[in-house]
Amino acid sequence: MAEEPMSPAPLPEGTASDTTGSRGSRLLGVLTLVGLAALGVLAFVLTDPDVRIHPSTGAEFGQFDAVRMLYVHVPLAVMTYLAYGLCAVASLGVLIRRTPWWDVTAHAAAEVGTVFCGLVLVTGSIWGRPVWNTWWEWGDVRLMTTLVLFLMFAGYLALRRTTGDPRAVSRRAAVVALVAVLDIPLVNRSVEWWENRTLHQQSTLGDLKIEDLTLFTLMLGFLVLGMVLAWLLLHRFRVGWLERAALDHLVAAAIVERRGETPDDELRRAVGDPSPGEPL
Amino acid sequence: MTHVGYLIAGWGITLGTLAVYALRLVRRGRDLSAQVPDAHRRWLEDQGSDDA
Repeated sequence: MAEEPMSPAPLPEGTASDTTGSRGSRLLGVLTLVGLAALGVLAFVLTDPDVRIHPSTGAEFGQFDAVRMLYVHVPLAVMTYLAYGLCAVASLGVLIRRTPWWDVTAHAAAEVGTVFCGLVLVTGSIWGRPVWNTWWEWGDVRLMTTLVLFLMFAGYLALRRTTGDPRAVSRRAAVVALVAVLDIPLVNRSVEWWENRTLHQQSTLGDLKIEDLTLFTLMLGFLVLGMVLAWLLLHRFRVGWLERAALDHLVAAAIVERRGETPDDELRRAVGDPSPGEPL
Repeated sequence: MTHVGYLIAGWGITLGTLAVYALRLVRRGRDLSAQVPDAHRRWLEDQGSDDA
């Protein structure tokens, strides 16, 4: 005789726990907002524009106030590397350990990284118009390798949305991520390896050629955008975790409901269990 | 200040995009949290019963 159908316990509605937030993430969020405000003040009020005097002609040149865009553009680029690097590490975890934790982490890092990478392209283009007098330069190796990076991870996210065996989709996506991440060294070193094929200048951070408050503001930009990245990764991970849990919950409810409607032997045949007479 | 329009566009698009994405994540998390028992949300463990 079939058991009485059972439904999963109804969940209380509107409780304070109905969020992806925790004490730690809320504190991080508040600190991030304070950091963003401080970055804005430093970038727009306290730092000077980039104005230099030509030694022979005495004419002013430089980026002028457009340099203030770099306080977000450069940190966004570095945080893109970090997010995609995390995606690559997690993708290795998917292939080796095959646990949901790595899979959700890889997916979260790829999505957040792609948001950052898109912003790198947009802010770079907006900065390039007044400084380079062009929105885009197809021959610039760094621009093109960054665009390729963005498109490869957009493809990764599209692959994640395909239907089919979720484990197979995860493994295929992991391979795509590991191939795509090979582009990061090309993006980063392109200004040195192809210095005649880029409008970008070589790095001035390593030699500390930037001075005082400008350098401090840029470093604060790295810290604050890093906090933004951490907050988004945390919440995107939790959303991904909940998506899996919600699906499991739904499947469990459907099985319980189906079990109530179907005699054990019939259900056993449906799932290929060859042990008649024993409770499922 | 020079290039004001470019600065507003660049910073505005950056902060706006990040804010919209963050809000979207929070809302999606709220919708999903209502469908999933607390036991599936390990990040609630550090909050005690006052937040549960």
